[in-house]
Amino acid sequence: MSVRDELLAEAAQHILIKDGPYGTAIQRAKLAAEEYAGDTGLTDDQKGNNDLVNLTQPQVIRAICDEYIAAGATVLATNTFNANRISQADYGAEDLVREMNIAAAKVIREACEAATAKDGRKRFVCGAMGPTNKTLSLSPNVEDPGYREVTFDEIVEVYREQAAALIEGGVDTILIETVFDTLNCKAAIMVVKQLEQELAQDIPLMISLTLTDLSGRNLSGHTVEAFWYTVRHAKPVTIGLNCSFGAEQLRPHVQLLSAMADTLLMVYPNAGLPNELGEYDELPETTASLVRQWAENGRANILGGCCGSTPAHIAAIARAVEGLEPRKVPGIEPQMRLAGLEPFTIAA
Amino acid sequence: MSEVSTARFVNIGERTNVTGSARFKKLIMAGDYATAVEVARQQVENGAQVIDVNMDEGLLDAVEAMTTFLKLIAAEPDIASVPVMIDSSKFEVIEAGLKCVSGKPIVNSISMKEGEEAFLDHARICMNYGAAVVVMAFDETGQADTKDRKVEICTRAYEILTGIGFPAEDIIFDPNIFAVATGIEEHDRYGLDFIEAVAEIKATCPYAKTSGGLSNLSFSFRGNETVRRAMHSVFLYHAIPAGLDMAIVNAGQLDVYDQIDPALREACEDVILMRRADATERLIDLAESYKGVDARAEKEAEEWRGWPVERRLEHALVKGIDAYVVEDTEEARQAKAEAGGRPIEVIEGPLMDGMNVVGDLFGSGKMFLPQVVKSARVMKKAVAHLIPFIEAEKEASGLADQSKGRIVMATVKGDVHDIGKNIVGVVLQCNGYEVIDLGVMVPWQKILETAKAEKADIIGLSGLITPSLDEMVTVAEEMQGSGFDLPLLIGGATTSKVHTALRIDPAYEGPVIHVLDASRAVGVASRLLSDTQKDEFVESTASEYAKVREAREGKSQSVLLSLEEARANYYDAYLSDKPAPPLQPGVHTFDDWDLADLREYIDWTPFFRAWELHGTYPSILDDEVVGETARQLKADADAMLDRIIEGKWLTAKGVAGFWPCARDGDDVTIHRVNREEHVVLPFLRQQVKKSRDRANMCLADFIDPAGDWIGGFAVGIHGIEPHSAKFLADKDDYSDILLKALADRFAEAFAERLHQHVRTDLWGYAQGEQLTNEALIKEQYRGIRPAPGYPACPDHSLKPILFDLLDAPANAGLTLTENFAMWPTAAVSGFYFGHPESQYFGVARIGRDQLEDYAARRGVDISTAERWLRPNLD
Repeated sequence: MSVRDELLAEAAQHILIKDGPYGTAIQRAKLAAEEYAGDTGLTDDQKGNNDLVNLTQPQVIRAICDEYIAAGATVLATNTFNANRISQADYGAEDLVREMNIAAAKVIREACEAATAKDGRKRFVCGAMGPTNKTLSLSPNVEDPGYREVTFDEIVEVYREQAAALIEGGVDTILIETVFDTLNCKAAIMVVKQLEQELAQDIPLMISLTLTDLSGRNLSGHTVEAFWYTVRHAKPVTIGLNCSFGAEQLRPHVQLLSAMADTLLMVYPNAGLPNELGEYDELPETTASLVRQWAENGRANILGGCCGSTPAHIAAIARAVEGLEPRKVPGIEPQMRLAGLEPFTIAA
Repeated sequence: MSEVSTARFVNIGERTNVTGSARFKKLIMAGDYATAVEVARQQVENGAQVIDVNMDEGLLDAVEAMTTFLKLIAAEPDIASVPVMIDSSKFEVIEAGLKCVSGKPIVNSISMKEGEEAFLDHARICMNYGAAVVVMAFDETGQADTKDRKVEICTRAYEILTGIGFPAEDIIFDPNIFAVATGIEEHDRYGLDFIEAVAEIKATCPYAKTSGGLSNLSFSFRGNETVRRAMHSVFLYHAIPAGLDMAIVNAGQLDVYDQIDPALREACEDVILMRRADATERLIDLAESYKGVDARAEKEAEEWRGWPVERRLEHALVKGIDAYVVEDTEEARQAKAEAGGRPIEVIEGPLMDGMNVVGDLFGSGKMFLPQVVKSARVMKKAVAHLIPFIEAEKEASGLADQSKGRIVMATVKGDVHDIGKNIVGVVLQCNGYEVIDLGVMVPWQKILETAKAEKADIIGLSGLITPSLDEMVTVAEEMQGSGFDLPLLIGGATTSKVHTALRIDPAYEGPVIHVLDASRAVGVASRLLSDTQKDEFVESTASEYAKVREAREGKSQSVLLSLEEARANYYDAYLSDKPAPPLQPGVHTFDDWDLADLREYIDWTPFFRAWELHGTYPSILDDEVVGETARQLKADADAMLDRIIEGKWLTAKGVAGFWPCARDGDDVTIHRVNREEHVVLPFLRQQVKKSRDRANMCLADFIDPAGDWIGGFAVGIHGIEPHSAKFLADKDDYSDILLKALADRFAEAFAERLHQHVRTDLWGYAQGEQLTNEALIKEQYRGIRPAPGYPACPDHSLKPILFDLLDAPANAGLTLTENFAMWPTAAVSGFYFGHPESQYFGVARIGRDQLEDYAARRGVDISTAERWLRPNLD
């Protein structure tokens, strides 16, 4: 059975649990700058370069992954949100992008295999690709709206390096997450489609949008529906939402996406909204009870946590949805569905 | 907005097509993209649900023009809301366009003109971008003209595309609309063939759509818009029921079928449906009578252009339309000038009014970010137009540079979000501030260096993501460490008043102001840079933040360290730098310090503030608003000072002493050599958890446990009562208040003067010190003199110990009330710390453990200690 089919089969039986964030978990390890840098010989200060930790302190990543596995997660993402050439340039570590992605894939793969050897449960390693810190849809220069900091082809190259390395490292899927710019996401999709052709292998895609305002748009201005129409061609094995706000604020958008997406729905919200100090203080039980409502309404296939979530949140979510029926993927009538910032369909 | 817009028939705008619109072509050839963008907006406003963009013109670099235009319209939410149709006969132009469009667009077109292989290549590329495609009914042998050829080619293409997994619902067939009524007999069937082909294609190709370029149809009637509109309307009237899903058409140039002149309508129908052999001749004859009837100016559609100029400017700002803003701004400027107004009033009036509307709409969620950025751009253009006039006015009036101030802005390190910052920057510039924008991901070093090099008046930090909050604290700490005192503005989505008050404000002694949104930025900046309003604003904000902290501290236990942890994080002063023993140890009394000398040390700013005249001395004397009052007051004060000094009304008495001591935990133990006794000065330690490596300070940290020196002083101004009574008897409140205010100033001046004397002579650790009064006021000297009851040493009950050490009642005539207030009221007392690293800080909230510890150290019961330390407790 292909990984895609395995994931579909698992998801048909249970609501699957995805892990939580790595950034805050790594911060809790309180690594010193030298520990971040390891023996890479990098000259810039690497403190805070969480993606480099895959390479220099893989045991830290392993320990976090093990915690999420213990919490019940079977969908495990790599710690590679910023493991791309653009983001790593801030640390002067762009030449290590390939190595850190391979290392990241390996460490999660090993953790999953070790866990599966014990309990026999199938686990999925998702190669996470963040949005980079450059946007293809917006000009950073208010006086020159036609200006772009980066080109589509450049973003394609950046993602290609990362995706190829993740696949080389052994991931099961590519997860394009925290999509704030729909065009960046299209570039990432393009890369995966090209790699599929070049490697002659099926690479299941998972796509996860992040909303930047409560009305339900991402930073490039697309509504949830417009976004789904724009990325549907990728035939992703999951579509969904992550980060954005807490589960409470995401609810209407999850409902919308659940009804129209003819694929699995994966949602991993933040643990509530940050308080005035930028800290997340939503209790695991609170998050769990909110996402449980989605599950009860048949709107969840895969649930996990983003900013502010801890293994305790993941465990609470796993407990809360245990035994609940997963969402049934709806059949959708073919129809021309186009999108600007708004969705636009043409009657069949 | 959230409900899906579903269409039965789709109008695709063709006005942004260089082959379909002469005007658009002219604009693009001339590089006038701003107006070209307005053409796209008009189309959407006129109802185009998809806009077709075509740059196929021999003299144009079509790739460049296509990508430039698509990026520009991507920045216009009104336009970008609808899908784009990327229209070119060159696939390289199409692919370049696909790289710029963020939604799901339509590619127009691909075909089998160059064979199946190229067709499939192109189709696969479109599929990887997720685009729908228009497939032209064109194959290796040519363009399909008859109904059968049209159906044959489209059916074949459908098979091939669906064979590679191309979604059927993403295919649109264009079976070619050709010109009719050309006079060539073979062309007569073109309209009918198209309509019939559409019906058949729809039947044989499930989910596929059909489309056509309508303007071709009426090609023979160029210049006769009435006839062309009628032909288009009639054609659609018949083609849509046959299954036509969309057409490229100027949405503003369609007539309602029922409203077409019946004679013209019938003639058009005869042609399109080929109902009679002489249909073409009849339509040509009839067309003559409609020539020139229609000359509707395109401008007419733009009703808003006829509005009054203020309303037009507001409209342009709210809609983000910059095409006319310069001419409208100029019109507004001229109107102002005629009315005797100044160019700046255009900014302060209609433009700011418009921005306020934008701010309100944004604030109430009726506009979203990209629109606001556009509005800011329009604003900037308007302001740019006005600046030369404003400059000219300045030159004419001989005024110096009137930049209101220079503001360095940056998105902090680790954050790339700068839209909000840019808006703030624009708004500030619009209001006459010079903004130095350092961009995003800016490390604190660069912010500080730039602020220093550019002599900035204000630093503004922005950030959107939560880790930026910590980075802002770092910047504040570094500003503190580098001796900055500029106001620091904090803004951005995750910033808050509470965070600013709790985390940033305490890290930096200069003014820290959280700016809620761009609309507040100008108000904040103008107050911070105002001579008259700054102090009050800074103080009121600081006290507001202090209240926030108090309220917060009361609630949140988690931010306190245990006393043990706080002590472990003590301030590790470099003790080898401790001051040498005093040159003149012991207690020194001054029972009549020369008032004329003290007069030179008066800090006048608080004096004016006491009179509710806000501003910094001496610039307050020249203040536009309060200057005259301030000058009058100063003259009166000087006159009274003369009388005080000449008449010896007041007497400045003071005492200062130095004692050997040692740090003992948080106590400083004084050894009174000649009495063979020890006096303990118990100090309080900060317990609030510090960010990064900031210490939890206690005044004892500046004293060497192995032996050191500490000082104390008390000064007071005596003799005010009889004079005050006399003024009051004369009902001269003014002079009475003046006298009291001056007495206070003398007390402060005496504390300053005595501290200087201590540094240079009595203790003598800074003998060579040469400081101006201004530098003294700014405390640019070594050592501190914290006073009991003030933040570093908040327990007023230390005053009795200090007074006892100094024997202040005998030596300076000062007494304490039961609540430790000093008498006479014009008095100051405090401790002297000479260590170069000694500094002021706030003890802030302490924990129960320190309260208990402190009570034990003071030898009082808990409830007494609680009473003394109330403000520092929960």
